Amino acid sequence: MLRILLIAALSIGIAGTAYWGYREHQQKNAILIHAENNYQRAFHDLTYQIDLLHDQIGTTLAMNSRQSLSPALAEVWRLASEAHATVGQLPLSLLPFNKTEEFLSNIGSFSYRAAIRDLDKQPLNSEEYKTLQQLYKKSADIQQELRNVQHLVLENNLRWMDVELALATNNRPNDNTIIDGFKTVEKNVQSYNETDFGPSFTSVEKRAKGFEHISGKKITKEQAKQIAKTFLGLKGNEEIQVVHSGEGASDAFYSVTIKNPKTKSETYMDITEKGGYPIWVIENRPVNKQNISLNDATMRGLRFLKQHKFNNFELYESTQYDHVAVLTFVTAQDGVRIYPESIKMKIALDDGNIIGFSARDYLSSKRERTIPKPAISIEQARQKINPNVTIMEERKAIIMNNVNQEVLCYEFLGTLGDDTYRIFINAQNGIEEKVEKLQNPEPIYGEI
Amino acid sequence: MRKWFICLFLIFSFSYTSQAHAFSKQVIQRGAVGDDVIELQARLQYLGFYRGKIDGVFGWRTYWALRNFQYKFKLPIDGLVGETTKQKLVQASKYYKSFVHSNLRKGNTFTHYGGIPLSKQVKVRQTKAKNQATATRTTNKQANKTASPQQTAVKRVKTAAVNVPNGFSQNDIQLMANAVHGEARGEPYIGQVAVAAVILNRINSPSFPNTVAGVIFEPGAFTAVADGQIWLTPNETSRKAVLDALNGWDPSSGALYYFNPNTATNGWIWSRPQIKQIGKHIFCK
Repeated sequence: MLRILLIAALSIGIAGTAYWGYREHQQKNAILIHAENNYQRAFHDLTYQIDLLHDQIGTTLAMNSRQSLSPALAEVWRLASEAHATVGQLPLSLLPFNKTEEFLSNIGSFSYRAAIRDLDKQPLNSEEYKTLQQLYKKSADIQQELRNVQHLVLENNLRWMDVELALATNNRPNDNTIIDGFKTVEKNVQSYNETDFGPSFTSVEKRAKGFEHISGKKITKEQAKQIAKTFLGLKGNEEIQVVHSGEGASDAFYSVTIKNPKTKSETYMDITEKGGYPIWVIENRPVNKQNISLNDATMRGLRFLKQHKFNNFELYESTQYDHVAVLTFVTAQDGVRIYPESIKMKIALDDGNIIGFSARDYLSSKRERTIPKPAISIEQARQKINPNVTIMEERKAIIMNNVNQEVLCYEFLGTLGDDTYRIFINAQNGIEEKVEKLQNPEPIYGEI
Repeated sequence: MRKWFICLFLIFSFSYTSQAHAFSKQVIQRGAVGDDVIELQARLQYLGFYRGKIDGVFGWRTYWALRNFQYKFKLPIDGLVGETTKQKLVQASKYYKSFVHSNLRKGNTFTHYGGIPLSKQVKVRQTKAKNQATATRTTNKQANKTASPQQTAVKRVKTAAVNVPNGFSQNDIQLMANAVHGEARGEPYIGQVAVAAVILNRINSPSFPNTVAGVIFEPGAFTAVADGQIWLTPNETSRKAVLDALNGWDPSSGALYYFNPNTATNGWIWSRPQIKQIGKHIFCK
């Protein structure tokens, strides 16, 4: 009797477990299929978008009038950025697939710049036509390759989940069609580099910010330590470690780590090898109360800059986060603000000490400048501004425009409705170089 | 019944008396937050210069209102609230502190214009009585999370807004803090800033998606996203690290990748030119 009962109970248990396992398995499959479908959609979307992109570039080649060329180029831009976004949805980030993404984003910015240009006054020149032709050829290659992969995927029922698995575990089968296909695409694009876009083209990627303009002798580890000591005003009982940067750094630097056994705070600092300039400093410690004001912090920041021979700085932006002030200073030369030369500082509002410093922008753009004479007057510049904007403040400034050139501008701060705008008018030719809407404080959502 | 009303009226008028001197000694400048800014906005609104929300953050609207005030009252127009500006403000306006503070605390929509009865300037926030209990509880939780130090300090009113780095929202910060916490919570602080900086470097790079979410959720890009650790509740440190990165600190020196040499299975990552090692992570181009 007991045995029968036991067997019955056990078999119910087994049946239950089997049912539970079956349900789990089903659910897992459903999720897997769902993820797989997302990948499939992204992949097929991508091939379709590349198809369209190729055709659209081909169409622009045959066009001549501005009326049709501008919208067509805008379409190229749209398709390229869509394809770029789609690539980001594929599980390829462990695969070297960067060149293709870069290629897409470069097509985008090339066509965008051509599309917004007044093509009546400045039609596409022969070099740009050549660029377009090459883009057409390149996109044909990509299209062919992707179509080939797509065909194989459809014919053999290949699954993206397997690709992801193969990429993650690294024991990839040698004949993973998808991976191989994408590698071919990548190789294809690699042969085509940025210079082929013509001289007027600047990549979206901001030119690698190197410290080309700084001068000085190479310093040693010991000197780096000394520089850290004087810059941070250390007492001498701290533990200091210095490490040299790796070969991947565009400009060699020393990383200094300072541990203060007394306060248990840690300070980190990078110093350029050439010349021994501090690049940035961060001290990590809690700041729990406010004793000094943002204004006091600004004064202290300015004093600190002067002490360390950073001359002619003025405050550009000040912001308070909890109990920390974040300040941005820029240099001014003959009453002209030079925005590329900026230094950022973090000051703790409890004791007014500097807990952060960043001179990366300053070091990469610092140099001797002769400020050109403006060709238009400030009144003429004011005429160029939207009449609905109420101008509140004005000054001269040097900024980087969107093709990464330094230009002298008239800067206007103005309001329109509830918002504040910063408008830069080129002082040589009156072009509206930049219009930015300045950030308002953000309300806290969902509280209370 | 009438007696009761009078009584209420008395309490009402008693509790909302204006205070003559309340500003602290600090010079207030743009970007500041706190009680002084609340008072500044309320006083400027009383005089009709400031038409925005009284939220305790000295933003651009407050700045222009202040400059207009300084212009009208023949003060030097510098956009700073120093001693003379404070005196002029206090002379010219009234400030019903408890009215402003209690409404800020309750999250009501309110204004503080002069010449209009205060009771007409409040729109009480609609909350269902049933939800109120839970609402306050989450508020406390959130307050602890975002501003734990303030709790122990003087009983201050929380501002109704915060400063955010240009071009980013609090939700972007939160999402990035999640990613940083999931990826690098055991790392030194600087390592967390560096991870946040890598996310930003990727957004700026043409080889990667152009948005915070696009970069973080790119399949396979971050292990913490793949295994769900991104949904752990981030701590205050990771939020601070993200803010530092957003404000322009980049300890990674322009890195686009990083990996843990002990757990990296992908051979390709080793071929990238390495910049530096922070904690357990090697950062590379």
